[in-house]
Amino acid sequence: MTEPRDTPEARLSPTRALPRTRPAWFLVAALIAGLLPLGLSDDYAVHLAVAIGINAIIVLGLNLLMGYAGQVSLGQAAFVGVGAYAAAILGTKLGGHISPWLAILAGVLLSAAIAAVVGVPLLRLRGHYLAMGTLGFGMIVHIVMVQWEGLTTGTTGISGFRPLSIAGVSLDTETRMYYLVAVSVLLVLVMASNIINSRVGRAMRAVHTSEPAAGTSGVDISRYKLQVFVISAAFAGLAGGLYAHHAGYVNPDSFGFGYSIQLVVMVVIGGMASIWGAIFGAGSVTLLGEYLRSRQELSPVIFGLVLMAVMVLLPDGLWRGAANALSRLRSRRRPESEAS
Amino acid sequence: MTASAVAQYLVSGLTLGSIYGMIALGFALIYNATGIVNFAQGEFVTLGALIAISCSAAGLPMPLAVLVGVATVTLIAAALEWGAIRPARGASVITLIVITIGASILLRGAAMWLWGPDALPMRSFSGETPISVGIAGATVLPQHLWVIGIVVVTMVTLRLLGERTQVGKAMRACAVNRDAARLVGIPAERMVRLSFALSGLLGSLAGAIVAPLAMGQYNMGIMLGLKGFAAAILGGIGNPFGAVLGGLLLGTLESLGAGLSPSGWSGYKDAIAFAVMLLVLLAKPSGLLGRRVTA
Repeated sequence: MTEPRDTPEARLSPTRALPRTRPAWFLVAALIAGLLPLGLSDDYAVHLAVAIGINAIIVLGLNLLMGYAGQVSLGQAAFVGVGAYAAAILGTKLGGHISPWLAILAGVLLSAAIAAVVGVPLLRLRGHYLAMGTLGFGMIVHIVMVQWEGLTTGTTGISGFRPLSIAGVSLDTETRMYYLVAVSVLLVLVMASNIINSRVGRAMRAVHTSEPAAGTSGVDISRYKLQVFVISAAFAGLAGGLYAHHAGYVNPDSFGFGYSIQLVVMVVIGGMASIWGAIFGAGSVTLLGEYLRSRQELSPVIFGLVLMAVMVLLPDGLWRGAANALSRLRSRRRPESEAS
Repeated sequence: MTASAVAQYLVSGLTLGSIYGMIALGFALIYNATGIVNFAQGEFVTLGALIAISCSAAGLPMPLAVLVGVATVTLIAAALEWGAIRPARGASVITLIVITIGASILLRGAAMWLWGPDALPMRSFSGETPISVGIAGATVLPQHLWVIGIVVVTMVTLRLLGERTQVGKAMRACAVNRDAARLVGIPAERMVRLSFALSGLLGSLAGAIVAPLAMGQYNMGIMLGLKGFAAAILGGIGNPFGAVLGGLLLGTLESLGAGLSPSGWSGYKDAIAFAVMLLVLLAKPSGLLGRRVTA
C-alpha cells in the first residue's frame, strides 16, 4: 500500500499521512526530555511537566482512536480511573505485599480488558451515538467509583500506598517521578508511531477515510476498531497508575466527565492524527489551565475564549496549523507550485 | 410500594422528562442544521434560570422575568453562532464541537463570576400548595403543572410554526437535505443562526421554568445538558419527536429508578438512566426513532 498522493483531496483529508517520523526525532525528543529538569527552576515546574507527560500518554492513545480510527470516546477518563484505582487499591488493601509495579501493570491490563469487553457492543455505534455511548460508560464507571465504598472508599479517596522504587531508590521526588514519566511517554510515543506505520495503522486510516471502501477491500473493520480502542484504554490505564503514584492520592473527582472532555480538547487542540500534535495538545492545554487557575476567578472565561479562538483560527489544531503556515511561507517563495 | 408513591414518582418523572425533552429538542435543531452536538446547550439552561431568578428577585413580575431571561439567552445563542461557529464554517465536525465546548466553559465561568457558586432559590409561578390529582392519592405542586403545561404549549407552537410557516418549512427542508435546500434557494446559513437562537430559547425557557423546583446554580447546566443530549440520542438524533419521547422516557426512568431502588442504592439512580439508555442503543443503534446512522 502506498502513501496517499499529495493531491488537493489528500491534503484536505484529516487522515493524510504525514511523512514517516524519522528515528532521529525520537532521539531529539528524548534529549530534550532528559535535559528539561535542568532548565526548570523549581519543583512546581517539574510537577507540571509530570502532569503534562501523564496527560500526553492518554492523549496519544485517544489520538490513535480519534485521529486515525475516527472513533470518538467521551469516556476516556474512566480508563484512567481504572488504572489509578487498581494501583491504589492493590497498593493498600493487600497489605502492601504486591509490588507497586505489578499493581500498575494490573491496572493497564484491567483497563484493556474492560475496553475489550465493553468495546464489542459499544463500537457498533457510530458518530454521535458512539460519543453518547462512551459518555454513558464513563458516567457509570464514575458513579461506581463514588458509590462502591467497600472497594473504593467513595469520595474519601485512597492514599498511603507503597511508593514506586527502582533498585532500592524510592521515586519520591518530583524529579525522579519526572524521569519515570518521561521514559513512559517516549515508549508510548514510539509504540504509537509504530502502530500508525504498521498494517493496523494503514487499516485504521482506510477505515477513517471510507468505512465501506475499507470493508470491501477486506479490512476487518470491527477488529481494528476494537484493537485501537483497547490500546488507547491500556495507555490511559498506564497514565492512571502513574497519576496515582504522582499524586499519592486518588479520588473519583479526578476521573469524571469534565476530564474526559478535557482530554478530547487536548487531542483536537494539538491536532488530530499527529503524534507530536498529541504531545503539543496535552502540553498547551495543561499549561494554559494551570497558568490561568492561579491567576483569577475569571480564568474559565479566558480559557473558553482562548479555546474558541484557537479552533476558529487553526481548525486543524496547533501542530498542523504551524506546519501549514510553514508550507504556505515556503510556497510563497515558489509561487509556481501553487497549481491548485 | 404503594400505588400512590408510584403515581407520585411518575408525576415528578414526567415533569423532569419534559424539561429533558425541551433541552433535547434544542440539540436536535442544531444537529439538523449543522451536524454538530452543541455542548453549550446546558449553559443556555443555566443562564435562563439565573437571569430569571435575578429579575424576579429585583421585583419584576414573573412572566416578565422569564421573558428577559429567555430573550437574553436567545441573543447569546445567536451571538455564539455569529462569533464562533460562522467564522469556522468548513471546519470538521469535531472542531466545531470543541468550539461549543469552549463556549460552555466560557458561559459557565461567566455565570459563576456573576452569580457566585451557591444555589439560588426562585419563587414558584403560583404558590406552593400541593394539588390532589385524584389518581391514587398522588399530589402535585402547581409548578409541576406549569412546567408540563408550558412545555406542551411550546411543543405545539413549534410544531405549528414548522408546518404552517415558510421559515418552518425552510428549516425542515434544511434538516432533510442541506444541499438540496440551498439549491432551491433556501438561505441555509440563516437557518443555522435561527437554529442556534431557537435552541437558546428552548434551553433558557426550560431553565427558567424548572428553577422554582430545582433552584438555579452556575453548574446546573452540566447534568441537565448531558441528560438532554442523552434524551436526544435515545430518541434518535435529529428527530424532534424522538427528542421529546427520549426526554420523557429518561425522566420517568430516573424518577422511578431513584424511588423504587432499595435504600442505600439511590446513589445509582443516574447509573440506571445511563444503563437503560445504553441498552436501548445496543438494541437499536440509531435510537428509538432515528432515521439513519451517520458515520
